[in-house]
Amino acid sequence: MIEAVLSIGGIGLLAAVTLGVAARKFAVEVDPRELALLETLSGANCGACGYPGCSAYAKAVAEGKAEPSLCTPGGQSTLEKIAHIMGVAAVGAAPQVAVVLCQGDNLRAAAKYRYLGVVDCVAAQRIADGPKICPGGCLGLGTCARVCPFGAIEMTSEGLAVISREKCTGCRKCVGACPRQVIAMTPLDATVHVLCNSHDKGAAVRKYCQVGCIACMICKKTVPEAYVIEDFLAKVVYEHYQESGAAVEKCPTKCIRDFVDGYPEGSRFAPPVVPVKRQEAV
Amino acid sequence: MTELLLILVGAIFVNNFVLSRFLGICPFLGVSKKVETALGMGMAVTFVMTIAAVVTWFIQYFILIPFGIEYLQTIAFILVIASLVQLVEMVVQKTSPVLYQALGIFLPLITTNCAVLGLAVLNIQKEYSFLESVIFALGAALGFTLAMVLFAGLRERIDLSPVPASFRGTAIALITAGLLSLAFMGFAGLVKG
Ligand code: SF4
Ligand code: SF4
Repeated sequence: MIEAVLSIGGIGLLAAVTLGVAARKFAVEVDPRELALLETLSGANCGACGYPGCSAYAKAVAEGKAEPSLCTPGGQSTLEKIAHIMGVAAVGAAPQVAVVLCQGDNLRAAAKYRYLGVVDCVAAQRIADGPKICPGGCLGLGTCARVCPFGAIEMTSEGLAVISREKCTGCRKCVGACPRQVIAMTPLDATVHVLCNSHDKGAAVRKYCQVGCIACMICKKTVPEAYVIEDFLAKVVYEHYQESGAAVEKCPTKCIRDFVDGYPEGSRFAPPVVPVKRQEAV
Repeated sequence: MTELLLILVGAIFVNNFVLSRFLGICPFLGVSKKVETALGMGMAVTFVMTIAAVVTWFIQYFILIPFGIEYLQTIAFILVIASLVQLVEMVVQKTSPVLYQALGIFLPLITTNCAVLGLAVLNIQKEYSFLESVIFALGAALGFTLAMVLFAGLRERIDLSPVPASFRGTAIALITAGLLSLAFMGFAGLVKG
């Protein structure tokens, strides 16, 4: 009896002491704000903030890497609490809208092979990196349209995803669902976008897509501050989106698009979004 | 040498912990939606199982048997395994935050993983020597990882398939697990377990 008590007690004691020492020795410092933030957040782990879960988002906010306003389910009250913890003003982020950065449907972008499998972009992407030659283009099998809780995405008959700027709430579900990262979140006010997602060189893009960005720099020359070209792909600098419209007409491949002119062909979504007059090229 | 090899192969295929002995079913069903996480869990279990085999072997032969208190085996082993997992968690968190992030919730989950306790008890029941215990632990853990990864791969595919509505989710996962287990029964007779 006494041996039993002593030995099991001994093992327990040893374990406790070891753990106690280890807890001190290996203690990892956690930002107290991070813990406070974690308590404030809803704990729903819905991913609307764009992070894998509430704790990841709390960490990002505490480190100053994320805006305090990304927790949509929490609403205004959560935003205020987060802002209080971080000691910043409680300003909501500008409303965002998802945009499919591609116009290469089945007519305008070439296929690598004929895909006859499950109608799902993730499945298609697993087979030799997808049936399109373009490594970044929309596969058009509608995975994003199926996850959108608001019915904001439709597929054109030629296989291109188009997002309604009126119906999109900016929940980011589609961004996570798309296996090719074609969908980007952009400010709702900015209607001009470079609708291409290929980082290939111009010559290669020309071979497989009629509407791909060939990095000819014409947009940048037209409005230098509104465009950047990285890795052979032009992008709108959204801080200067007001000026960006001037390059729409100049783009030789027509891959810069102003949504004021309506949605890409084949889409049923209502044409003009906000009828404003585009600035003329200077 | 052949003996050790037989133990290893036997533990991986013939008496696979998950698919033939039905130990560690909860992580098997819980963390096998993605191949990556399944692999992470497998790695963590491999690590803990091997250390646990070593420590429990010493406890059995240097404490429990000399004092004649073998009947306290379960308590003693649980105690040690739980503390061990805690210790491993702390060390990993400090030394490799990246790995810690990757393993995430799986590390603490191992504390309550019956496969680890099962392994420790089996080692004693089978009267394995120290080296044999370690090899058996390694085999068991590799078998566990293999089952996890295979199952996760199957589930990734099932996700994309048109499964009838009444079978979706857990139902089809359980049927798949059953079929996988049947498939592993095919290894019976390869080695005498
Ligand atoms: S945007 Fe992405 S998910 Fe949507 S159809 Fe195109 S490739 Fe598929
Ligand atoms: S999934 Fe969300 S972000 Fe994407 S289109 Fe639908 S509402 Fe917009």
